[in-house]
Amino acid sequence: MITLGHMLTLSAVLFAISVAGIFLNRKNVLLLLMCIELLLLAANFNFVAFSRYLGQLDGQIFVFFVLTVAAAESAIGLAILVVLFRERRSINVEELNRLQG
Amino acid sequence: MTGAIVVSPLVTGMSLSSLLPAIPEISLAISACLILLVDVYFGAGRRGLTATLTMLALLVGAMLTMQYGMRMDRILLFHSLYVADPLAAFLKLAGYIAMATALFYSQDYLHTRGIHGGEYYVLCLTALLGIFVLISANSLLTVYLGIELLSLSLYALVAFDRESGIAAEAAIKYFVLGAIASGALLYGMSMLYGMTGTLDLDQLGTTVRHGPDAGLIIGIAFVVAAVAFKLGAVPFHMWVPDVYQGAPTSVTLYIATVSNLGSFALILRLLAHGLAGLPQIWTQMLIAVAVLSLLIGNLTAIAQTNLKRMLAYSAIANAGFVLLGFATGQIAGYQAALNFTIAYVLTTLAAFGMILMLSRSGFEHDEIADFKGLSSRDPLLAALMLVLMFSTAGVPPFIGFWAKLWIIQALLGSGHVWLATFAVLISVVGAFYYLRVVWYMYFEDAGERERPDTRPRMRLILLLNTAAVTVMGLLPNALLSICERVIP
Repeated sequence: MITLGHMLTLSAVLFAISVAGIFLNRKNVLLLLMCIELLLLAANFNFVAFSRYLGQLDGQIFVFFVLTVAAAESAIGLAILVVLFRERRSINVEELNRLQG
Repeated sequence: MTGAIVVSPLVTGMSLSSLLPAIPEISLAISACLILLVDVYFGAGRRGLTATLTMLALLVGAMLTMQYGMRMDRILLFHSLYVADPLAAFLKLAGYIAMATALFYSQDYLHTRGIHGGEYYVLCLTALLGIFVLISANSLLTVYLGIELLSLSLYALVAFDRESGIAAEAAIKYFVLGAIASGALLYGMSMLYGMTGTLDLDQLGTTVRHGPDAGLIIGIAFVVAAVAFKLGAVPFHMWVPDVYQGAPTSVTLYIATVSNLGSFALILRLLAHGLAGLPQIWTQMLIAVAVLSLLIGNLTAIAQTNLKRMLAYSAIANAGFVLLGFATGQIAGYQAALNFTIAYVLTTLAAFGMILMLSRSGFEHDEIADFKGLSSRDPLLAALMLVLMFSTAGVPPFIGFWAKLWIIQALLGSGHVWLATFAVLISVVGAFYYLRVVWYMYFEDAGERERPDTRPRMRLILLLNTAAVTVMGLLPNALLSICERVIP
């Protein structure tokens, strides 16, 4: 029997994996974008689980909006990445160090 | 066949005139689309056209808001996703004025750098639309959509100067950290939804009264973290100095001023209204964040040599002050926070306007040393900068002094004597780096620096802006009484 607790655990694990991915990855900005997608999906999973548990549709409708926004977010992230690559010829995270503070 | 007209149940009970309270957003969305279209067809040769149209759109929007949006009651729209109340009307008018002033200051800067594209104006308009949605949000969904519309426009604006390597770097840092914050916000919202079963902020405020449990505390912690990020408060402030320094100064001006109105609305709607039933949890978190922001913001600002970076740390410290106002958990504190936000926006507009005006092609004029001997080179500008720095430092009788005073009074009124003492002491420390700019202008030798070449039109607007800082400081109760009326 799969309960709400299982689903919340799964989404918490997904969330932790994506945050760990963002902070451990020192190589490639593209991987950061993938981790960000996973982060949003973890939250979506939570919404759907709660929505099913509560017997409401609100949470699932929220997820539709989040998916749309996530697509726009990736588009803008990739656009900034293209600008960065044109300037630096590299998308290595460790080379993002010209601004120091 | 009889031609009976079947009205869909979706349409009944909803006439076009019932949408009138949402006219600020509607007019802004339409004008952003129209300006984008006009710019594509006619804007290539005549860049002034897009700028003029944007100003016109802001003027029309402000007039429509005055006509239909000024109401003394509270109206819910779109199945209570959207709220129109006096606070929303006031913040929106402030948004129009702040953005129009920001555009006035930016035009020459964009022009001399050859980045005077039409998309700049469209992105500024969509960011303002995001702020408006946030201001009128009455549901977790609307809050999220407003934040994302604002943030996505700002990411693109920061990277807007495609020739500048540091702008792209600032943009990618801002984007990655901002996306993590959005993820945290969503996760927190999902917990709040799961624990209360509602997305509506009105209902959330009444449902959570039954008492805290683990899920709610986790949800609130994530939401507070995301809010602190958007405001640029410690420990989520890493993006602020980099973005302030790396972005084109006109964009920094926008982030430092106009989007601050959005951050204020975010805290007010989400925490002060949505979680009003459970203030003891989030006020504790806000106090921790505010104290850290004041400490780190003020101490790090002393070490800066770049004025944009110094103003970034000053922004972090000022975010701490706004959060202190909210941390009281009382209406008087919220009013003081609104008063502080408006005062800060007004002063910062002029401070960045000064940097924009003094910069030339290939010379940003953003090092503090660039201000050396300004009083002998241009006495008027030096005097204006003196007023602005004194106001931000909290020297009476300027507006910044009263703003800080009311926050401290609200803290005392809610029994936070230690916090009030701390705020006063750290303000004295903070005054040091503002006064250093004044010292450079008046007591250092100008050296090889020449007399700045400035446009009379810009000087006039800067003069008016600084005059507003002074006059509102001399008549301090005017702004506060408005704040008291819109947050009853």
